[in-house]
Amino acid sequence: MNETFTKSMARNIFYGGSVFFILVFLGLTFHTEKVLPERDHRENITPQVVLGKKVWEDNNCVGCHSILGEGAYFAPELGNVYQRFGNSTEAIKLFIKSRPAEGIPGRRSMPQFNLSEEELEAVAQFLKWTSEINTSNWPPNIQG
Amino acid sequence: MKFQSQSVAMPYFIAALGLFVGQIIFGLIMGLQYVVGDFMFPEIPFNVARMVHTNLLIVWLLFGFMGAAYYLVPEESETELYSTKLAWVLFWTFLIAGALTIVGYLAVPYARLAELTGNDLLPTMGREFLEQPTITKVGIVIVALGFLFNLGMTVLKGRKTVINTVLMIGLVGLAVMFLFSFYNPENLVRDKFYWWYVVHLWVEGVWELILGAILAFVLIKTTGVDREVIEKWLYMIIAMALITGILGTGHHFYWIGTPEYWQWLGSIFSAMEPIPFFMMTLFAFNMVNKRRREHPNKAAVLWAMGTGVMAFLGAGVWGFLHTLAPVNYYTHGTQITASHGHMAFYGAYAMIVMSIISYAVPHMRGRIANSNKSQVTEMWGFWLMTISMVFITLFLTGAGILQVWMQRYTDTPMPFMSVQDKIAIFYWLREFAGVTFLIGLVVYLASFFVGNEQDAAEDYAKAVAKRDLEKAVAG
Repeated sequence: MNETFTKSMARNIFYGGSVFFILVFLGLTFHTEKVLPERDHRENITPQVVLGKKVWEDNNCVGCHSILGEGAYFAPELGNVYQRFGNSTEAIKLFIKSRPAEGIPGRRSMPQFNLSEEELEAVAQFLKWTSEINTSNWPPNIQG
Repeated sequence: MKFQSQSVAMPYFIAALGLFVGQIIFGLIMGLQYVVGDFMFPEIPFNVARMVHTNLLIVWLLFGFMGAAYYLVPEESETELYSTKLAWVLFWTFLIAGALTIVGYLAVPYARLAELTGNDLLPTMGREFLEQPTITKVGIVIVALGFLFNLGMTVLKGRKTVINTVLMIGLVGLAVMFLFSFYNPENLVRDKFYWWYVVHLWVEGVWELILGAILAFVLIKTTGVDREVIEKWLYMIIAMALITGILGTGHHFYWIGTPEYWQWLGSIFSAMEPIPFFMMTLFAFNMVNKRRREHPNKAAVLWAMGTGVMAFLGAGVWGFLHTLAPVNYYTHGTQITASHGHMAFYGAYAMIVMSIISYAVPHMRGRIANSNKSQVTEMWGFWLMTISMVFITLFLTGAGILQVWMQRYTDTPMPFMSVQDKIAIFYWLREFAGVTFLIGLVVYLASFFVGNEQDAAEDYAKAVAKRDLEKAVAG
C-alpha cells in the first residue's frame, strides 16, 4: 500500500463504514419487522403452535433435520413435510409415534421420543403453520 | 515472554487442544453414522453427537481466543495483566461449566436436560449451535464479562495499540451479539432472524476482528515488519469485513420468510465477503516477503500463512460458491453448506488459534522457538490436518452437487433418504479423510513432546550463527 493512503484514513474507513452499515442494517431490521406479518401469518400462531415449537426445541429436532433449510442435514427437510405427507397432521403424528425404540439395523432411524398425545398434536400443528410461511417458493420441490 | 502474567494463557491453550480432540472424535462418530445409520444408536443418536461436535468446536475456539488475548494484551499494552487470579478463576469456571454441559448432553435425553435445567422458565435451548442449557448460557455471559473486565483494565493502564484495540472491539462484539441467544421469539421466522444475529455476526463479523488482530500480532512478531504497515493492513481488512459482512447477513434471509429484497442485498454484499479474506492472504504473504528478520519459529510462520490461504478458500471461495440467491435456492441446507462450514471454521478460526499457540507456547516454555525436530513434527501435523480438511471439503462438495442434482435441480426429484443412499460413497471417503485428520492432530499434539530445552537452544544457536555468517558474507 502506498504512502498517500495513511493509517488514519484506513481507521476512518473502518469506523465510518462500520457505523454506517450497522445503521443501515438496523433500519432494514425495522422494516423487515414491519412487513413480516404479511409473510409469516402470525395470526395463525395458536397456543398449540407455540407449544409445538417448544416440543421441537426440547427434543433438539434441529440436530438431525433442517427446517426452512437450516439445521442438520442428516434427516429430511421439515419445512414442507406437512404437504409431503399429504396435508395431514395425522400422518406426521403417526410417523413420530411409530419409530422403533431400538432403531433399524444398519439404517438411520429417528429416535422414539415418547411424546404425549398433546405434544404430538402440537408439533404437528407447528409444522403445519411452518409450511404456510411465505418462503419465496422454497424448497424447489416437494422432496425438500 | 515479556510479562509473567502472560503465562496464564497456557491452561487456556491446553484446554482448547484437549476439547479439539473431543470435537474430532465426535466428528468421526457422526461421519460413521452417515453411512452406518445405527452406529451407537440409541445410546448416542446423531443429534447428540452433532451437538457435542459443534459445541466443543465453539468452546475450544473461545478458549483459544481467550488464551490468545491473555498472551497478547499484556505484551501489546506493555504491562502485567490486571488480575492473573481472575483469569484462573474464570478458566476453571468455564472449563467445569463446559464439561458439565457436555456430560449433560451425553448422560440424559435432551428433553430431560431441558427439564432439569429449567428451560421452561426462559426457553433458549434446542436451536442449532445454541443448544446449551440456559444456565450454561448465563455462565458464558458471566465468564465473558469477567474476561472483558480483566482485559479492559489491562489495556486502560497500559499502551493502547491498534492490535489490542481491534481485539477488544472484536471480543466485546462477541459478548454483545451472544446476548441475542437469550431472545427466542415464539414466531419461528423471527426466531431465525435474530438467531443469525448471533451466528452470522459472530463468524462473518466480529470474529474476523479477533482473527485479524491475532494474525497481525503473530506477523509483527515473526516478520519484524514496521507496525505502521501492519496496522494499516489490519484496519483495511476489518473495515472490509464489516462493510461486507453486516449486510452480508442477508444471505441467510432468502428463504426463511423474510422479505425478498434480502435476496438482492444478501447476494451483493455477501459476494464481496471474500475480499477481506483475500486481503488476509495478501497480508500474510506480503509481510513474510518483506520480513526484516528470520524468525527461528518456522512453524508459526507456516500457520500464519496457512490461515490466510485456508480462510480465503474455506470462508471466501466456498462461501461464494453458494451465496448468490439463485444458486442458494438449490443448495440451501445441502451438503454444500456442510462443506463450506468445515473448511471455513478450520481455515479461519481453528488455524488462527493454532497460529498463536505455535508462536506463544515456546515463549511460555522459555524458548524463542522449538527445536527443529519438534517444528518438523508440528509441520507434519499442519499438512496432515490441512490436506485432510481439503479432502473432507471436496468430498462433501461432491456429495452436495449430487444431492442438488437428484433432489433439487431436477424435474423428477428423489426422496431425501434415497439420495442419501446414492451418495454414500462420498460419505465413506469423507470419513477416511476424517481419520487422517485425527492422525494429523495426534502428530501435531506429539510435537509438543518432541525435543527438549537443550535441542531448542542448540538449534537456535545454529540459526543465529548461520544468519550472522550470511550477513558477514553479504556485507
